[in-house]
Amino acid sequence: MNVELFVNLFFSGLTRGSIYALLALGYTMVYGIIQLINFAHGEVYMIGAFTALIMTSVFTILNLPALAIVALALLIAIVWSSMYGFTLDRIAYKPIRNAPRLSALISAIGMSLFLQNYVRLAQTSDFLPFPRLIPRIPFLNAVPGLNSSQFVIFVTTAVVMVILTVLIKFTRIGKSMRATSQDRVMAMLSGVNVNRVISITFVIGSVTAAIGGVLISSHIGQINFYIGFLAGIKAFVAAVLGGIGSIPGAVLGSFVLGLTESYGAGYISSDYEDVFAFVFLVVILIFRPSGLLGKASSQKV
Amino acid sequence: MDTLREIRRSALLAAWFMVLTFPIMVIRVNTITNTIEWRWERLILISVGSFVGSLVWNYFQRRKRAQGGPRPQTADLPADLPADLPAELPATDIGSAPLTPPVEQRTWVDRGLARVGMSRATFRKPAVAVPLIVAALGVAIAYPLVTSLYQTNIMVSALIYVMLALGLNIVIGLGGMLHLGYAAFYAVGAYTYALLNHYFDVGFWVALPIGAAVSMLFGILLAIPVLRLRGDYLAIVTLGFAEIVRIVLTNWSSLTLGPSGIRSINRPTFFGLSLSLSQSINLTYFIALGLVIITIFVVYRLENSRIGRQLVAMGEDDIAARAMGVDTVRAKLTAFALGAVWAGLAGVLFASRTTFINPESFRVWESVLILSMVVLGGMGSIPGVILGALLLILLPEYLRPLSQYRLLVFGALLVIMMVFKPAGLIPKRRRLYRLQPEEIPVPDAGGDS
Amino acid sequence: MILDARGVSMDFGGLRAVDRVDITINEGEIVALIGPNGAGKTTFFNCVTGMYVPTEGTVTIQPPSGSVQDITGLKPNRIAERGLARTFQNIRLFPNMTVLENVMIGRDCRLRSGVFGAIFRDPRTRAEEEQVIHDSYTILRKIGIDRYVNDLAKNLPYGAQRRLEIARALATEPFLLLLDEPAAGMNPQETRSLDELILRLRSEEGLTVFLIEHDMSLVMRLSERIYVMDYGKLIAHGAPQEIKNDPVVIKAYLGEDVSA
Repeated sequence: MNVELFVNLFFSGLTRGSIYALLALGYTMVYGIIQLINFAHGEVYMIGAFTALIMTSVFTILNLPALAIVALALLIAIVWSSMYGFTLDRIAYKPIRNAPRLSALISAIGMSLFLQNYVRLAQTSDFLPFPRLIPRIPFLNAVPGLNSSQFVIFVTTAVVMVILTVLIKFTRIGKSMRATSQDRVMAMLSGVNVNRVISITFVIGSVTAAIGGVLISSHIGQINFYIGFLAGIKAFVAAVLGGIGSIPGAVLGSFVLGLTESYGAGYISSDYEDVFAFVFLVVILIFRPSGLLGKASSQKV
Repeated sequence: MDTLREIRRSALLAAWFMVLTFPIMVIRVNTITNTIEWRWERLILISVGSFVGSLVWNYFQRRKRAQGGPRPQTADLPADLPADLPAELPATDIGSAPLTPPVEQRTWVDRGLARVGMSRATFRKPAVAVPLIVAALGVAIAYPLVTSLYQTNIMVSALIYVMLALGLNIVIGLGGMLHLGYAAFYAVGAYTYALLNHYFDVGFWVALPIGAAVSMLFGILLAIPVLRLRGDYLAIVTLGFAEIVRIVLTNWSSLTLGPSGIRSINRPTFFGLSLSLSQSINLTYFIALGLVIITIFVVYRLENSRIGRQLVAMGEDDIAARAMGVDTVRAKLTAFALGAVWAGLAGVLFASRTTFINPESFRVWESVLILSMVVLGGMGSIPGVILGALLLILLPEYLRPLSQYRLLVFGALLVIMMVFKPAGLIPKRRRLYRLQPEEIPVPDAGGDS
Repeated sequence: MILDARGVSMDFGGLRAVDRVDITINEGEIVALIGPNGAGKTTFFNCVTGMYVPTEGTVTIQPPSGSVQDITGLKPNRIAERGLARTFQNIRLFPNMTVLENVMIGRDCRLRSGVFGAIFRDPRTRAEEEQVIHDSYTILRKIGIDRYVNDLAKNLPYGAQRRLEIARALATEPFLLLLDEPAAGMNPQETRSLDELILRLRSEEGLTVFLIEHDMSLVMRLSERIYVMDYGKLIAHGAPQEIKNDPVVIKAYLGEDVSA
């Protein structure tokens, strides 16, 4: 067996997994709270990447120092993505909070289509080269098969996960979120401002999505308006795989999916790389609909 | 001041949108020359657009709230049942059972008709219905003869989408299942004909039923794993299925010729006659028209039948339907299989019309486009769905300069419809049953309780 | 014995919602299942009607004119076909279908026509459709809500919705009717008329009734036998008078502290 290939695939699987995790968090949190697949979540990630690309170019032309460029571009990408996430909820989901599920799903699909084409028309439908925002880290040369942008992606993902866990477990807003996801009406009656909680959930999801979008774009080196769609679908698969609504589940599911795809593409066929995720999804939903870490919940009768 | 507050709110919103859309709308980077283009004029467009948009949006939201009103909660209503059941059941005059729809079922269609002294029932009278149908048929038949080839071609494409939308309507409009992979069956139908034609020189007419059958098989194949899934999972699995089909079609080059697609597929034939291009386009038109008529007929009958009822009940409450003895597994399979049949037929027709297909024609957004037609027209409503399909295909064709905004508008349309008019342009109305007085049984042994 | 549930248990994760419950029902009886909230009554109903597959235990039925059949783990629609029909605690009508259509769905498992019948509308299918409309309307009259025949179910007054649930259940031609809190949310007048309806269904339709109910006066008035559940277990069983004075039952209802 070729060890080098195996290690390379392992790291690239982890990289994918990290990005899926950053995206899957948004799906799983929103689903946990309003039981909606936010189809437009991938678009927020794409917009994050576009914003970062645009801002980097602007700052480069303004001749800002490299580190400032990275920091500012990332910051602006995060802020604007969360604004998009917030606005998206207000326009497409909030007015139909109590409508049948089908309505919300259709609205979500519509929003996704809208945002994709908004970026396509306002920017371009071509692939744009994305600048390398992540600097080389010299000491990583010691690890074969791992490059610095992969390393930064793992570290960032880990940090985000820790922050998020703390946020949800130990803060007031985290408590409100957990309460809302368990029983929205009860939470409302106990004085939780449910609309605010939902908005904050969208914002948090958008922040992690934007981080993921910027990191992966810098790693891959090019973006277009369509990148959010497939990434979004796969991250959703990862969230379902782990058990939708469960945050550790989303992370676990993401890494399982990322590694499967990576090894599948490396050892079987890269043509069918995108098929694995969907086959996985179908198999999981048939045999363990609640996912790897999800609670076995039965339908309420 | 309400208006003042309204204006201030909209101004704030406009400011929000100006900030929000600033990076994407205003700045444009040329990554090759490394120059930046600032498109400030767009900022004005955004501000005015979102200001007006917000006013309109709020106006309609208010109107919707006023109409839907604080709906009387059923529990608050006085229970107007007789406290004690009369020993003898009252001999209700059932001949007068209400046939005008209850107020809440009336839509703008009914109100508009009422204004000119008609109702939907008017169109059910043979004296009105027959001439109308004949006239519509006349127009449809005369259409290719009086218009250009170009127009006919567009209309063929519109008719294909009418079939697709009506087929999808079985799954989503009746069964309430969000099927996001419908384009896959369309692809299966198209590829069935293309491959049969390419390798075995099979003609259109033979391929038509085969395409439908193969597509149906795929429909059942997909339905089996999704039988147990809840609505949102179903959406994503069907979407995944469609992607799998497309990826396989793209990569299995030895069979499907890969991304470059299959060329020079035969057009439909007519009893072996050799046809000129214009004749064969006209023939395609008439075949499409015939298939659409058959589709309308079948879908109408399905809707008003046991299976239609089962599907609607299942869409309303799956658990209650099962508890009441409805075999929902079978109903779901039937819905998926039937939906797939129409996609298959449409696919064969599509392949024969364009004479060239490749996997790119069957992307996810194709499914979403068909979904938009169903949603715009009104889920479950046959005239609505037809209208939706015609609008969404014909409008962009005739508004060519705007056609690049097509998908943007469709996306917005889906959201707007869901927020303001979830029932669509021509909402579905439940069928009302007329009960003949002589049908009413004499309640037996009613007296001794 | 037309229903015989033996050792029925239901686990959710680590939680045992129903714990080895034995319940039998004889033909023509009205039997009540009572107990504090969360005692597992509805879960037990769900096990009997196939909504859940019980973790342990068996459910057998013997229709009045039939042989003993094991129905454990059958699909809900198969169980409905065999003659068990139920209503739901939180009304589950088909809100956007008309009242008549709601009842017609109840008839569904007695119908035969399929897709081809629907498309070609052969005489047999047509006759069947006419029969369904006729039968469904007859049931609406019987239950006393025929005036709403063409209204959407969601627009009915509350009491009528509860009745419609019963009508829909009747349409499946059951021999055993399982009512899950049929009087919940009703005013005393409506409850009384429900009493009458239930008695009339037994006398005229020959139905056996098994009901979950919190309204004790209704339970005491109607039922011949009462089962009491608490924390998933059966804690008492007997005639209304016995149950009323059973210290175990009183304790379950009033809590540990008050018993003495």
